[in-house]
Amino acid sequence: MKSAVKIAIASAAALALAGSLAGCAQGAGGDSGGKLQLRVATFPPGADQAAYDAFATQEKQFEKLHPDIDIIGVEYEWKAPTFAAQLAGGSLPDVFLVPFTDTKTLLENGQLMDVTDEMKSLGYSDKFNPVILNEVKDDKGHIFGFPRQAYANGLHYNRDLFTAAGLDPDKPPTTWDEVRKDAKIISDQTGKAGYATMTKGNTGGWQLTTQSVSRGAVDQTDKDGKVKSTIDNAATKETLQWLSDLRWKDNSMGNNFLLDWSGINKEFAAGNIGMYTSGSDVYTALVRDFGMKPAQYGLTVIPTQGDDAGVLGGGDVAVMSPKIDAAHKKAGITWIDWYYMQKLLDKDAAVADAKALAASDQAVGTPVLPVLDKATYEQDQEWIKPYVNVPLDQMKGFSDGIFDQKPVGESKVQTQPIYALMDNVVQAVLTDQNADIDALLTKVDSDAQALIDGK
Amino acid sequence: MTMTDDPPALAEPMRDEGVARHPQKRKRVRNPASWVRGGGLSNLIFLAPMLIVFAVFSWGPIVQSVVMSFQKTNLVTPAVFVGFDNFAKVLADPNLGTAIVNTLYFAGLALVFGFPLPIILAVLMSEVKRGKGLYSALAYMPVVIPPVVAVLLWTVFYDASPNGVFNVILGSFGIPPQPWLQSSATAMPSIVIEATWAAAGGSIIIYLAALIGVPPELYDAAEVDGAGIWRKIWHVTLPQLRGVLFIMLILQVIATSQVFLEPYLFTGGGPNNATLTILLLIYRYAFQNSLGGAYGEATALSLMLAIFLGILSFAYFKLTERWSTN
Repeated sequence: MKSAVKIAIASAAALALAGSLAGCAQGAGGDSGGKLQLRVATFPPGADQAAYDAFATQEKQFEKLHPDIDIIGVEYEWKAPTFAAQLAGGSLPDVFLVPFTDTKTLLENGQLMDVTDEMKSLGYSDKFNPVILNEVKDDKGHIFGFPRQAYANGLHYNRDLFTAAGLDPDKPPTTWDEVRKDAKIISDQTGKAGYATMTKGNTGGWQLTTQSVSRGAVDQTDKDGKVKSTIDNAATKETLQWLSDLRWKDNSMGNNFLLDWSGINKEFAAGNIGMYTSGSDVYTALVRDFGMKPAQYGLTVIPTQGDDAGVLGGGDVAVMSPKIDAAHKKAGITWIDWYYMQKLLDKDAAVADAKALAASDQAVGTPVLPVLDKATYEQDQEWIKPYVNVPLDQMKGFSDGIFDQKPVGESKVQTQPIYALMDNVVQAVLTDQNADIDALLTKVDSDAQALIDGK
Repeated sequence: MTMTDDPPALAEPMRDEGVARHPQKRKRVRNPASWVRGGGLSNLIFLAPMLIVFAVFSWGPIVQSVVMSFQKTNLVTPAVFVGFDNFAKVLADPNLGTAIVNTLYFAGLALVFGFPLPIILAVLMSEVKRGKGLYSALAYMPVVIPPVVAVLLWTVFYDASPNGVFNVILGSFGIPPQPWLQSSATAMPSIVIEATWAAAGGSIIIYLAALIGVPPELYDAAEVDGAGIWRKIWHVTLPQLRGVLFIMLILQVIATSQVFLEPYLFTGGGPNNATLTILLLIYRYAFQNSLGGAYGEATALSLMLAIFLGILSFAYFKLTERWSTN
């Protein structure tokens, strides 16, 4: 009797554990109450409640139109360290976003769903800017995602610091020399960093490339499939020397040289940085996630110099995992079309989207680059004009100048690992007064070539 | 079920011991039925949850990572066995040398500053007559603060501007502002200071407990022989603590070889790889590339580190075996 009772208790405990482990193993998603559950990416963790309110409104609008689909919003942020693990662990939403830099490799690895037929049947595959659509095509012309937003890097500045330093916030600098001069004035007058740049988590390389491209740099060449690293070039050297001068001669870059994307946004929103370069669409995050006051914000184009100068751009693509079934794929396409694309193509959708965002105090009208042709983009801007709530007059420098700049895409091979190598170069220049720029560039160039060859 | 149904829980093991003590009286018959009657099955089932949890969350991943160190995989497409390629790649990586040197530098600094400090503090605190509990609590406080919070706090303290907390303190002594985390030369020592602060409390508590075990007669005898406080510490306290000291030393060596959190949060390995440690390098292999990292290289380096630490621990215990026992 004793033994039987003990065995019964032990078995119950073991079964309970097995049950809970089995529960862990169960995948999310599936069908519930006859509805198909579709997990879609929403915002990065830390977004304010208003963003979720706006999303809830849009979710209701969609579910009313498609009563057989149950939308489940999932917090999501593309981050280099976690993306690969999420991808491997199957914990990504059914519909998620990836940056242009990763799209080619992901589709070559067979990690994205082919959506060629669906995009054709929706009827707007020829409306995309061909340069941007090329980011999501393989060699055979198959399409693996919907480019939903593109940006160009811009020069962001704090209007309050400009005013405090006696500078005119309506006349931001237009050359790198002027940026240096203004940075020094801001630093001397306010004690804050006049200029800062990202340095870690691969963002140092990203922004070094941005600033070098604006001086005409080309970091990679591709001749008949043979990719060559060309980071060791005059424009990149000039950029590093310029940063070194700001740091060591002018002392106008403050005291923090270990900044990543969120670190620099946080410092900028807190009023500790006068100017920095980043994607033109960062305004939304600055206000929504970092608490920046809109009145402080200013945006202009990155200064360009020389005939080869361009502005580095990027963007993201709405994609799906190739592992989802046909029903989820169909629902995913419906969602992408409704949530991301129709607001760029259809007046009613554009107005409804802008209205929902504006009602929840979310940014409407943040400067982006058109993913569709220019005529469609301009038409869309016209539709949403009454709802635009971002301070467009404070971004005039950017909106007036951006279409005169030559857009340049990011390098295609080993982009992120090479950015990681370049992080070290920027860090060395900013933390070591005697850093040998020539030697650093020679080394990073050969290390980058080794990465390319080892691919 | 009532308690009266069950005989005392200890009855079975005691009966077993009885059998074991007098094997000649009753030969023990071992078969499945007696094993079940003897409580073997219920023991196994009671153990099962723990065994399953360990197997799923601990042993399984360990075995899997050993296998993975011989594979090329992005965890999505099928893995390919590549022999010792991952090990060769790791050994050829110039960053490995940097990471080893940095880890040794961290371990060395942590040993010089972090190892004696808790001993000194514990000895001093044990001499205090009143308020010992208060001092223990104060010393242990940093251990209670979540490490991530502590690092973020210290990042504020380490503000390299003249208005940074530490720089203001140094300034009051006429010392110029230091770059702390913002310079290759000072980043690692800055990390060691925080790590020492964070870990000392735990060690102090262990040393205090060990000090209680030192027989007071030894101090009395030393005093009769005319020993002062330093000679008592040198000739009585430290020799009595040696067992604990040896264990704490090897634990510290193992812990410092695996330092990750502080360099990851403080500097991300910078500036210019000045704080890149072995574990941070493993992390970079696995997670820096968003497109499926070099999991093979990451597990290969992890395996090499584990083997090295295993050998080191074994050699250490063999070497100190003679001295660490009373």
